[in-house]
Amino acid sequence: MNTGDTAWVLISTALVFAMTVPGLAFFYGGLVRRKNVLSVLMQCFIIMCVVTIQWVLFGYSLSFGPDTGVGVIGNLKWAGLNLVGGQPNADYAPTIPHGAFMIFQCMFAVITPALICGAYAERMRFSAFLLFACLWTTLVYDPLAHWVWGTGGWLRDLGGLDFAGGIVVHTSSGVSALVIALMLGRRIGYSRAPFRPHNLPFTVLGGALLWFGWFGFNAGSALGANETAVNAFITTQAATAAAGLTWALLEWQQHGAPTVLGATTGAVAGLVAITPACGFVNPVNALFIGILAAVFCYIAVAVVKARLGYDDALDAFGVHGVGGVWGTLATGLFAEKAVNAAGADGLLFGGHSLFLAQLAMVAVAPLFAAAMTWILYRFVDALLGMRVERSEEIIGLDLTQQSEAAYTVVE
Amino acid sequence: MKYIVAVIQAHKLDEVLQSLEDRQVNLVTVSNVLGRGRQKGVTEIYRGAKEAGSLLKKVKLEIAVNEDFVDATVDAIVGGARTGEVGDGKIFILDLHEVIRIRTGERGGRAIG
Repeated sequence: MNTGDTAWVLISTALVFAMTVPGLAFFYGGLVRRKNVLSVLMQCFIIMCVVTIQWVLFGYSLSFGPDTGVGVIGNLKWAGLNLVGGQPNADYAPTIPHGAFMIFQCMFAVITPALICGAYAERMRFSAFLLFACLWTTLVYDPLAHWVWGTGGWLRDLGGLDFAGGIVVHTSSGVSALVIALMLGRRIGYSRAPFRPHNLPFTVLGGALLWFGWFGFNAGSALGANETAVNAFITTQAATAAAGLTWALLEWQQHGAPTVLGATTGAVAGLVAITPACGFVNPVNALFIGILAAVFCYIAVAVVKARLGYDDALDAFGVHGVGGVWGTLATGLFAEKAVNAAGADGLLFGGHSLFLAQLAMVAVAPLFAAAMTWILYRFVDALLGMRVERSEEIIGLDLTQQSEAAYTVVE
Repeated sequence: MKYIVAVIQAHKLDEVLQSLEDRQVNLVTVSNVLGRGRQKGVTEIYRGAKEAGSLLKKVKLEIAVNEDFVDATVDAIVGGARTGEVGDGKIFILDLHEVIRIRTGERGGRAIG
């Protein structure tokens, strides 16, 4: 047991907490119209509550508990955090209490379904959202976390690397977001002319808090205060800086103006892409990963989405799905044992098996997430109705789902 | 009595208010408004999606005056708001049927000032 490692993981846990609320909540909240801002804040906030409860009761055990046999899901021996206490678990984090690892992972389980909120913003019924988020966390997130990170998980045994959640968190939520956006349909009045974000300063504040919290997400995933954590910290900063600048320059060149929304969005794309790679690549390659993350995500958001016409309202797929896939593949290209002996060599450093394992993850995880999301959507839609009534959507979700208003016009 | 409505450039508000005060026109109501005229709006871009020619932020003044203050009020607004560029705004003059001071119940020209 190491007190320095334990302190770092606990601090990182609080940092990752802050990514969901207030980080993501305000990043998304600023992007919607003023009549829907509370609904977005509420979704992020309540996911924090329900997924934490799910995690304590059975989610952690399903994800990280002893494998049931074929690498697909954990058993329920650790339900209610039974056997998850002060003693370290040597498989996951040998130098910190098992409970510290568990609560750190809890924050990842929280933010993943919250990311999907970006796709169905401004038109999802609250009760349906709540049920869907619980089911999705249990039936998509928990199995995927087990496959990639759990002891005996089949993708982990295949040799795939996902340092902090490029597949488990970002690709899974991003692809699910696309499926929901397609099934739910466009918001009333959606066209190529954008709905105006109602408060971009919120979005910039939220994006900056995401960047800040992401140091816990990525460097914390080293699960110790060590060299790997330092490398993850540095590569996170490098990739994000490169991506934020690249997006702004792209916009400047394409539209004649660099926007702060673009710089912020680019930074988040960079954060997503470096997530699976941060503990395995060197800082200069992190710059490349960030630059290309901005290019790919920009194309997805500004070109592909407009061409295909789906309404991924806040670009959960365009940023997290696309960025997550790119980051996972980039890990297979740029990872090197010289950076992290516990990793593997990527394609550019003479390794082939890692890249193939990354390809397998990029093929399997989206298929699984998309299929499950489709099933869960059908189920919840039949039970509760996923979309609010037309009149409710026009009035706004704050008044119709939460019965409150964010801003007063007169005293 | 006349009701004078003026839509002006937001940054010229202070000059117009000063100019009105100089001519003893004190009663004025000001609000933020959006509008457009021949100059069109400015293009906005959000994640690559363009909104061409959206509305511009303007300031609207509403002033109730007696007949003998109409010219002074118009001069004050023009003097304070004019830059000579497109977008300086417009002044509309409407007939005003009645004015009532809520505190005293006074009506008509005596209630205006």
